Amino acid sequence: MDTRDVGDALEATGVTVRAAGDGDEVAGVRPRWVALPESAEEIAVVMRVCAAHDLAAVATGGGTKLHWGAKPDRCDVLVDLCCLNRVPEHAAGDLVVRAQAGVTVEALARALAEEGQELALDVPVPGTTVGGLLATGIAGPRRFRHGTARDLLIGVTVVLADGTIAKSGGKVVKNVAGYDLGKLFTGSYGTLGIIADATFRLHPLPAARAWVTATVERPVTETGQVMSAADVLLTAVPAVTESPLEPSAVEIDWPDVEGPCTVAILVEGAAAAERGKTLCELMGEPMGGTAEVAEEPPPWWNRLPSSDDDTLLELRIGVSSLPHLLPVMRQAADASGARPAIRGSLAAGTLHIGLRGLPHEIAGFTGLVRDDAEGMFGGRVVVLAAPPEAARRLDRWGHAGALHLMRRVKERFDPDRRLSPGRFVGGI
Amino acid sequence: MSELERLTARLAAVLPPDAVITDPVRLRTYECDGLTHHRATPGVVVLPEGAEQIAAVVRLCGEHGVPFVARGAGTGLSGGALPRTDGVLIVTSRMRRIVEIDIPNRRAVVEPGVTNLAITEAVRGQGYYYAPDPSSQQVCSIGGNVAENSGGAHCLKYGFTVNHVLAAEIVTPDGEIVELSAQDPGYDLLGAFIGSEGTLGIATKITVRLSRAPEAVTTLLAAFTGIEAGGHAVSAIIAAGVVPAAIEMMDALAIEAAEAAVHCRYPAGAGAVLVVELDGPRAEVEHQFAAVERICRDSGAFEIRVAASAEERAAIWKGRKSAFAAVGRISPAYIVQDGVVPRTALPRVLAGIDRLQEEYGIRVANVFHAGDGNLHPLVLFDDSVPGEAERAEAVSGRILDLCVEHGGSITGEHGVGVDKARYMPRMFTGDDLDTMQLVRCAFDPRGLANPGKVFPTPRLCGEVPGVRRGAHPLVEAGLAEQF
Ligand SMILES: Cc1cc2nc3c(=O)[nH]c(=O)nc-3n(C[C@H](O)[C@H](O)[C@H](O)COP(=O)(O)OP(=O)(O)OC[C@H]3O[C@@H](n4cnc5c(N)ncnc54)[C@H](O)[C@@H]3O)c2cc1C
Ligand SMILES: Cc1cc2nc3c(=O)[nH]c(=O)nc-3n(C[C@H](O)[C@H](O)[C@H](O)COP(=O)(O)OP(=O)(O)OC[C@H]3O[C@@H](n4cnc5c(N)ncnc54)[C@H](O)[C@@H]3O)c2cc1C
Repeated sequence: MDTRDVGDALEATGVTVRAAGDGDEVAGVRPRWVALPESAEEIAVVMRVCAAHDLAAVATGGGTKLHWGAKPDRCDVLVDLCCLNRVPEHAAGDLVVRAQAGVTVEALARALAEEGQELALDVPVPGTTVGGLLATGIAGPRRFRHGTARDLLIGVTVVLADGTIAKSGGKVVKNVAGYDLGKLFTGSYGTLGIIADATFRLHPLPAARAWVTATVERPVTETGQVMSAADVLLTAVPAVTESPLEPSAVEIDWPDVEGPCTVAILVEGAAAAERGKTLCELMGEPMGGTAEVAEEPPPWWNRLPSSDDDTLLELRIGVSSLPHLLPVMRQAADASGARPAIRGSLAAGTLHIGLRGLPHEIAGFTGLVRDDAEGMFGGRVVVLAAPPEAARRLDRWGHAGALHLMRRVKERFDPDRRLSPGRFVGGI
Repeated sequence: MSELERLTARLAAVLPPDAVITDPVRLRTYECDGLTHHRATPGVVVLPEGAEQIAAVVRLCGEHGVPFVARGAGTGLSGGALPRTDGVLIVTSRMRRIVEIDIPNRRAVVEPGVTNLAITEAVRGQGYYYAPDPSSQQVCSIGGNVAENSGGAHCLKYGFTVNHVLAAEIVTPDGEIVELSAQDPGYDLLGAFIGSEGTLGIATKITVRLSRAPEAVTTLLAAFTGIEAGGHAVSAIIAAGVVPAAIEMMDALAIEAAEAAVHCRYPAGAGAVLVVELDGPRAEVEHQFAAVERICRDSGAFEIRVAASAEERAAIWKGRKSAFAAVGRISPAYIVQDGVVPRTALPRVLAGIDRLQEEYGIRVANVFHAGDGNLHPLVLFDDSVPGEAERAEAVSGRILDLCVEHGGSITGEHGVGVDKARYMPRMFTGDDLDTMQLVRCAFDPRGLANPGKVFPTPRLCGEVPGVRRGAHPLVEAGLAEQF
């Protein structure tokens, strides 16, 4: 392939294109060009040039965290969606918003708050764009009440590898016309197509919020001879989730497995303070009388338990198994030498684990926890992010039941494997 | 001998003796679903008892190139379960086991033939329920709900089937048994399968989320002199930041029909009634109730009734729930339409429907899930009057045009099926539809699963050009690099 011809062809699209620099690397792979389309049509022209010249493309939104994914097999063009940054439609009376892929979640939240509304998703990574949010399917504490991005998405426009622009869903919440491509694209890590815009259902901002926090000072013991934190959680969490008080989130923060852990519960609504008080009583007893109500979240709320150079795992498991898995994590930490920091939803059964340690320690920890989580409790452990040295020793995805069907979907959408090749499950 | 006959001869080997129906009289009981004017006698009907048997039947269909259609309870309203005369109808009525109830993890595992309501009945005693509640919930099957992504009156607050299904075991059109789980990494194939109307395979086991029963439920009926005032109240409730569990509306004609059928005793002289249900923690419901009552009065409600007991709540719902059947009392025949508009467009769309009534001389009774803009206009006609059925059909189609023009959808919950496949191009471009069908091609390249439904023109799938099937050789060799 003649680089100059390709460069000319990209130039001729009229879309802003520049030569890629060091800062544009995708997990260590440097693209040759960065394209900055300003509309779905412009994405489509770029994709058509890519198709004509067999160029591999990776989409990026905020871009700061791109290196965290698996390394793409190849990447010629980075499609940077930062210029698709408008909110073309906010129909407040319909509780619906359409936003372009490059809008950051913070900017969107500001626009919606002006009308007393919100996208009821917590996004734990500052700077996340709507496209990145959907492509990674990331979610925070309130997943327990509102689900994840897929549950609030009601329409998408996508651009396929061959430049086809397609939409599904629409701008009404209730709609069963046709297949729901939005579901398919949510969590697809840019491997099926590029998301150009998305329409979401909104919620009114709650009149008030209250957080009930309680700390278990006793660490989780290995053997559980003394009443351990795990036992405490075994009684305290169901008491909360089975109460009719409808918490929006039930989160745990356990920054060091040798130390105490904190549980925080969010309630939302006009009567939040009152419900918070009742929850406090409910929690106080099993948790040893330390529960408190506050109007502000604890500082760790809706933050990932990892920093940039850590490995980040996501554990998904039935909620009743979670307390059993806490001692397992402590054992795995002792056995492997890795240092986990754990945070996540006790009510939805999704925990994030930030890991520090040497690559073999991280691999050891991941293996032990995955064996137990998958083997004994039917859970899943996914490696969301890992530094390259650690990544080499890790199976990022673990078990995926319908992998061959996923491959077939990929083959239909991107037969030449030009979109983020190699970044996804099973090498998709 | 036709392929169907060859296949039929082999069914006995994979199914129990009484599970194959070929008797023409018995076959005819399956000739339609709830959309009764589309009929076809199935080539053969099978009543399998488990996933393995369904998989075996589907594999036979593949070998003989014979299409198959799944059927649950047959309550669908878009002809989704309309059989093929040249195909196999796979009925799930013998798969009605509740496999597991797991309260601590808030989930239940059920076979596809289990009725929607049976799940709630099984867990109600423990303070839980299954949230999606289609009005047909006493009879419709959970397999059908998954296929249609069914909603219900309470989906305004709680969402649809897709928000409450955690996993599904399916038989793919290849005859393979595969588990699709929300928990698994990878593409959300579960989300794509739900709502695919039986065109991507057959659900054989479904894991549903159970929800905690709310502490308090308050139901209120507000009567208005006209539909505009009712619509205004709906908008004001939403604008006040209240998300009720349900907001339903009926117009004068629908009220008249319900009165004739079930004597629901809605306030005399009402040009519209609103049914608003609030649920949740008691303290929240009290706050919301105060707001809703005030808004209804401010919007001109001349009477407000509040249900103080379960019986009174049932009485309020009775008129609304009977509305479809009730129009049978005031009209010899009717079409149930199912369009959606943005809530704020309701007044304009209702005015448009009024104009259509005049233009065509056809009456329309309006019943709708007002909270989410899902209209169920009942287009009334007399099929003994020549030309009236055609005019009713025309009105029904024009109503969908109105919905699409106002940014809405041609179906909110009844699905596309055979009935609305031809309307799909009014909402989607050829590229949109072709792209959706890429999913179809991935699951069912030969198009044997429920062909002729959803899409107006089937996409020819063909082979994927230059694609290597299966894993990359390096991955197969155990080099984890590609993960
Ligand atoms: C594998 C992985 C692991 C991560 N782990 C962490 C972590 O440990 N901590 C943390 O703080 N953040 C992490 N992130 C980042 C975070 O999850 C969000 O992805 C990120 O903040 C999303 O915002 P962004 O707009 O910056 O997306 P980007 O970082 O630019 O892109 C994220 C992914 O989404 C795709 N993508 C972006 N936009 C589109 C689009 N419009 N259409 C299609 N695909 C698109 C990209 O190709 C990429 O795969 C991780 C991301 C990935 C991909
Ligand atoms: C009076 C009445 C009220 C209704 N109210 C509502 C309502 O409030 N909300 C609503 O959403 N719907 C409503 N419906 C429509 C209907 O009840 C739903 O669509 C329901 O989900 C259909 O279930 P079923 O078991 O009857 O499916 P069927 O009619 O038998 O089949 C429907 C579709 O599902 C497919 N299918 C069936 N089983 C499976 C399976 N196991 N795997 C894959 N595909 C399968 C069929 O091929 C067909 O395409 C109503 C219907 C009636 C008659």
